[in-house]
Amino acid sequence: MKLTTALLGAAAALAFAPAAFAERGADGNVNVLYWQAPSILNPYLSSGTKDVETASLILEGLAGFDDKGVVFARLAESVPTVENGGITADLTQITWKLKPGLLWSDGTPVTSADAKFTYEYCTHPEGGCAQAARYEGIAAVETPDDLTIVINFAAPKPNPYTAFVGGTSPILQAAQFANCLGAAASTCTDQNFMPIGTGPFVVTEFKVNDTVSLAANPNYRDPAKPAFATMTIKGGGDAGAAARAVMETGEFDYAWNTQINPEQQAQMTAAGKGVLLNGFGTLVERIEMNMTNPSPDLPEGERSTTKNPHPFLSDINVRKALSMAIDRQILVDIGYGSAGRPTCNLVPAPEMFASDNTGCLTQDMEGAKALLESSGWVDADGDGVREKDGMKLKILYQTSTNPVRQDFQAVIKDWWTELGVEVELKNIDASVFFGGDAGNPDTFQKFYADVEMYANNFDGTDPEPYLAQYKCDKIPGPDNQWQGENINRFCDPAYDALVDELSKTADLAKRGEIAKKLNDMLTKDSFVVVALVDRGRLSAASNTLGGVVLNTWDTELWNAENWFRMK
Amino acid sequence: MTDSDIGVAPPETLRAAVWGQFRKHRGAVFGLVVLVLLIVFSVLGPFVWGPEKLSVAEALKSKNLGSSFVHPMGTDQLGRDTMQRMMAAGKVSLAVGFVAMIIAIFLGTLVGVLAGYFRRLDGPLMRLTDMFLALPLIPLLLVMVMLFRDKIARNLGPEMGAFVLIVFAIGVTSWMHAARIVRGEVLALKEREYVLASRSIGATSRRVILRHILPNVVSPVMVAATLGVAEAIITESVLSFLGLGFPPDFPTWGRLLYEGLEYMQLYPERVIFPGLAISLTVLSVNYIGDGLRDALDPRIRGR
Repeated sequence: MKLTTALLGAAAALAFAPAAFAERGADGNVNVLYWQAPSILNPYLSSGTKDVETASLILEGLAGFDDKGVVFARLAESVPTVENGGITADLTQITWKLKPGLLWSDGTPVTSADAKFTYEYCTHPEGGCAQAARYEGIAAVETPDDLTIVINFAAPKPNPYTAFVGGTSPILQAAQFANCLGAAASTCTDQNFMPIGTGPFVVTEFKVNDTVSLAANPNYRDPAKPAFATMTIKGGGDAGAAARAVMETGEFDYAWNTQINPEQQAQMTAAGKGVLLNGFGTLVERIEMNMTNPSPDLPEGERSTTKNPHPFLSDINVRKALSMAIDRQILVDIGYGSAGRPTCNLVPAPEMFASDNTGCLTQDMEGAKALLESSGWVDADGDGVREKDGMKLKILYQTSTNPVRQDFQAVIKDWWTELGVEVELKNIDASVFFGGDAGNPDTFQKFYADVEMYANNFDGTDPEPYLAQYKCDKIPGPDNQWQGENINRFCDPAYDALVDELSKTADLAKRGEIAKKLNDMLTKDSFVVVALVDRGRLSAASNTLGGVVLNTWDTELWNAENWFRMK
Repeated sequence: MTDSDIGVAPPETLRAAVWGQFRKHRGAVFGLVVLVLLIVFSVLGPFVWGPEKLSVAEALKSKNLGSSFVHPMGTDQLGRDTMQRMMAAGKVSLAVGFVAMIIAIFLGTLVGVLAGYFRRLDGPLMRLTDMFLALPLIPLLLVMVMLFRDKIARNLGPEMGAFVLIVFAIGVTSWMHAARIVRGEVLALKEREYVLASRSIGATSRRVILRHILPNVVSPVMVAATLGVAEAIITESVLSFLGLGFPPDFPTWGRLLYEGLEYMQLYPERVIFPGLAISLTVLSVNYIGDGLRDALDPRIRGR
């Protein structure tokens, strides 16, 4: 017994040794693979994930999101809330305090002026800032002293953790970027390629669209971190090759976004050199039901508009039966393996906003058939297709061209055919489907089909803007050049009222409650949005790389300062 | 050597002579056999052999199988029988290849003969050919498919509509090479003495073209045609890949190839079977074309 305990203790000491006795730069080099290569290291000039994530090693915000979606302090002393007085009761002001003694990597002190400058940099009218949404609704940023940043909002802001929070809105050094305001922003090559930051690493060499070489930041606030002296971020290849480089050949320690099919996942895991990490965010593959009539017999400009309700999908029993006939677990097994899980929710996470709606998870083909029978949809002429009042259940089902989506289409078509619904499939090149060109009939906004399938998610942790997309006034149509996020043409005054209530509510528990209700109104109460699979992120890490935690709410490299080499 | 016993042998018909020469070309005979086998496989195969239709959950239990007695070519990632899909795909791919080729050859020969024979038409028709050659093919196809797909699909149904549209689109964009070759041949042929003789006894242009010119341009046309079949099959797979060809549940060899690409490392047979089918078709058609050219050319025949 005693021996066992002692052995266990020794084993534990060994296991934790690298982390416990780490010192800066002790673990040599770490190789990271971003198969989409970084092209710029200033996240304000690029919305590409690869650029934002790479830049997050160098540039930091006041706070970040952890792997649960909770805000934690980075450069700030603590996270301001209404309770600790950091946010005023009327939700129009938030006050951040910087940690004292912070230094930029060039040795100069970090002050509140840098934050104010960053705000001015991104909101400059001639700048074209890619992350302008993070600074929306701000009336002014004030700096009463060197360590205090006060943000005033133009209207009450229930979710104030947008500016300076997360990898998409880090603080830039005012001294370095002083001449890069407005139209000059994109011409400042040196600044954009080699920003001075407060993060664990500094850039030593940047080859555009190829390699970023980094070294540990000598002025990083934690003297023991990062454990790696240098980091190399390499670009190129595709998801499959990236996974192979970590999982099979072991050339790299970490590979970003290695979406591969379940068979390849199993095969590569068997090689034993690495692990596939998965994290679930808010990306949901779903089938959207068209509430309006897409018939090509209608004149152009009336197809898929609110003028004509859908002949049979406006019947909730049809929509419900279509959802009941789907076995979501099978879809996960076919398409995503460990990088997916079945879901019935439009908002699957974070936990406080996710409804406990699981009713759709088990397939109920007989129930679906009975539901259609009882609501008058019967196959009277024996051709295998149900009809009612001369209207046949005949569906055009479109999606983008993508091997997984075509597999899903084939399988779902089988189920719906069994249900007694005739299905015609159509796939469209992704650049056209998601292109948003108002002149093209094949975009997902135009929705010239009965149902369509794609995935969407929301930025950050707050689902309010996402749920607000389903308001009546967001319906795309010819009058707004088919711009609008309410793809289903769903319109319910009660829903709109609830969204307005959400925008006025600050209490987090109450917000969660309303968000769940809104989610249910779209999913299990109406089956307008038929969620299928909650798609996670899949990245690969070598078995020798420790401290990696996959984060879907912020950048994947959010805790690179904690990475270490396992010995 | 047959020439020596002229008195004994009955005169050979043209058809018999062509067939006789064709048979001497080993590659051509081999190609013909392979092509016939492929056609039989695709057209008659489903009548002879077809596994029962399973529900999704049952089919998935037998996914990714290798070759076996039940599934001679294995199954794909959804448990669908690969041989069944190969048969269905073959029917479409072969039909697209041949029909598109016939359209292209018809157009090409027509334009080529008219341009070569009638000097007044030469300029305009050849400039038209140049224009078509200069057009970027894929964007043009995309525009055509986008503009007409819905309209044609409404009248003929999605599958037949896609077939007609694709065949037509490929046909009208691949006749130019045939036209140029034919024009060149016609320009040379119409100066020959027998053409002059025919015209001098009052033969109409129509008769000269049909009787004296066309039979003599058959061999270059055949070569162009055989290459066209291969090109049409491949263009169709490109279109399907871009989502502008057939509906996704409608297999073609090209689509099977693209689908298999993702699984190439794990299950190479997914790429090998459709790839082999396309290559065999192209190769056999090329050899048949080669043999036909020899057989139809009176200068080679009988040597």
